[in-house]
Amino acid sequence: MDAKFWLIQTFNGVSYGALLFLLASGLTLIFGVMRIVNLSHGAYFLLGGYVALTVMKYTGSWLLALPVAALAIAVLGLIVERIFLRPLGFDPLRQVLLTVGFAFLFQQAALDIWGGDNLIIQPPPALSKSIVVGGLHLPVYRIFMIALAAAIGLALWFAMERTRMGAMVRATVDDAEMARGVGIDTSRVSMFIFALGAFLAALGGVIGGAFLGVYPGLDFEVLPIAFAVVIIGGMGSLAGAAIGSMLVGLADNFGKALFPEVAYFSLYAPMVLILAMKPTGLLGRE
Amino acid sequence: MKRILILVGILGIVSVLAPFAGPFVILLLAQVLVLGIMAMSVDLLLGYTGLPSLGQAAYLGVGAYLTAILATKYGIGLGWDFWLVVAAGMLSGAATAAFFGLFAIRASGVYFLMITLALGMCVWGLAYRWNSLTGGDNGINMRGRPKLGDLAFSNDLTFFYVVLGFFLASFFALQLLVSSPFGRSLVGIRERELRMRILGYNTWLHKYIAFVIAGAFGGLAGVLWAHLNGIVSPSDVILTTSVDALLMVVLGGSGTLVGGLIGATVVVFLREYLATLVQWWQYVLGAVYVLTILYLPGGIMALFKGGRR
Repeated sequence: MDAKFWLIQTFNGVSYGALLFLLASGLTLIFGVMRIVNLSHGAYFLLGGYVALTVMKYTGSWLLALPVAALAIAVLGLIVERIFLRPLGFDPLRQVLLTVGFAFLFQQAALDIWGGDNLIIQPPPALSKSIVVGGLHLPVYRIFMIALAAAIGLALWFAMERTRMGAMVRATVDDAEMARGVGIDTSRVSMFIFALGAFLAALGGVIGGAFLGVYPGLDFEVLPIAFAVVIIGGMGSLAGAAIGSMLVGLADNFGKALFPEVAYFSLYAPMVLILAMKPTGLLGRE
Repeated sequence: MKRILILVGILGIVSVLAPFAGPFVILLLAQVLVLGIMAMSVDLLLGYTGLPSLGQAAYLGVGAYLTAILATKYGIGLGWDFWLVVAAGMLSGAATAAFFGLFAIRASGVYFLMITLALGMCVWGLAYRWNSLTGGDNGINMRGRPKLGDLAFSNDLTFFYVVLGFFLASFFALQLLVSSPFGRSLVGIRERELRMRILGYNTWLHKYIAFVIAGAFGGLAGVLWAHLNGIVSPSDVILTTSVDALLMVVLGGSGTLVGGLIGATVVVFLREYLATLVQWWQYVLGAVYVLTILYLPGGIMALFKGGRR
C-alpha cells in the first residue's frame, strides 16, 4: 500500500473511466434529448467490437476498423430509431422494453455471426508498448484511451456549446415542446443524437475490446456500469457523464483492489446515496 | 369477476392435466407460477400505481438467498419450519423494499425506472462478490427440498401443487388489495397524483406501502424459486430478470394481475422450452418484445377487453 500502488490504481481508474465516458456520453445524450432509457446501448458497444474484428480480419488495419465499426453501428442505431422508436412517440416504458427487445435480437445475431468465443482486439504495436514514468510502467494504450476520451469529450462539448446543431440539441433537452414551437425539428435532433450515441458506444466497444475482450454477455455487463455513470453524473448532462465516469472508474478500481468482497456494492451504493440527496444526479436538471 | 373464474378454471384444468405432463413441462409450469407471483408484484406497482419498477429481481434475490443460506448453513426450512422461512422470505423482501423505497419513491416516471435499476444492481453486486455469504459467481447449491411430514416437496409434481397453492393465495390476496379502497386510491395516484394529493391523500405513503407489499411478494417468489431450482446464483438477480418481469406484465396486460401470469407463461415457454428445440429461440423472444410493444400496447389481456387501455 505504498504511493506506487495508489498512483497505479488511480491511473487504471482514470483510464477505465475514459472508456466509460465513451459509453456513457452517448447514453446520457440519448436520455437527455429523447427521455429514452436505452437498454440496447450495451449491445451497440458489443457490436462495435465485433464489426471491428471483422474489418481487421479482412484488412488487418486497426486504424481503419475503428471508424468503420463506429459508423456501421451509427447507421444501425439510425435505422432502429427511425423505424421502431420514433413511431412510439413519448412513452418511456414501451421505449425501454423495445430497446430490450433489440438488445436480445442483437445478442443472438452476434452469437450466430461471430460465435461464443472470447475474442481480443489487438491494437497496433505502437500502442501495445508501455513507457516508464517516474518508476511506473504505464501502458501506452491506456494513455491513448485517456487522450481519445478527452479529445472526444472536448469535441462534444464544443459541438454542444458552440454550434447551431448543439444549440438545437440543448433546446430540445430543456424543453422539447418549446423547441418545436420555435421551429426546431426535434425529430431530426433525436435521430442525430441516437446515431451519435450508437457511434460513441461502438467506438468504446472497439477501444475496450483490447482489454475487456469481446464476448457474448459483455453487452449486459457494461450496461449497468454505464447507467451508474449516467445516474451519478445527472441524466442528460455531458459534464456529468465526464465526472461520473471518473468517479465510477476510480470507485471500481479501488473497490476491487481494497474491498473485493463488496466491490460492486462500493460501486452502486454511492450512486444510491447521491440519488437520495439529489434525485437528478450531480449535474442533472429537473 | 369473469376474469378470475376463467383463471381459476384454466389453472384447474392445468392442475388436473399436470400428472400426465412430462417432468420437464411440470418444472416449467412451476417456474411460470413462481415468476407469475413476481410479475403480479410488478403489476401492483406498474399497472395499479403507475411505478415502472426495473429492480424487482432484488426482492426475489433476497428471498432466494435467505432461503438458501438458512437451508445450507443452518438446516432451517427443510421441515415444518418451511413456513417460518416463507414468512421470513416475505419479511426480508418487504424490509428490503422498505429500505429501498425511501430512495425510490421520491422519483417518478423514467427516474423511478433508473433508481430501481440501480438498487437492483446493488443487490446483484453483493450477490456476485460477497463470496463468504453468497458463494459468489457459483451461487449456493441447495441440498434437496423441504419435507413436511409425509409430504415430500422433492417430488416435482407435489412441489408444483405447492407452488400453485402459493400462487392462488398471492393472487387472491393481491386481488383483494387492488379492489380495496387502498387499491382504488393507488389507481387514483396512477391517473392523477396531484389531484389525489389535493384531495388530502398522502400519496407518498400509499406508493411506499404498495412498494413494500410488492417487495414482500417478490421475496415469496424468491423462497419458492430457490427450492424450485435447487440453486441460487447471481444470474437470478441480474438485470434481465427484472426486465423479464416487467415484460411479462406488459405482454400480458398491465393493471390486470392475470396478465402477469399470461406473460410469464409466454416468456418461460419461449425461453426454456423453445430453447430445447431450436437454436434461434432468442430471435423469437426479441421479436415478441418488439411486436408486443409496437402492436399490443395493452397486452394480451386487451384482446379480451379486460385490459386497462
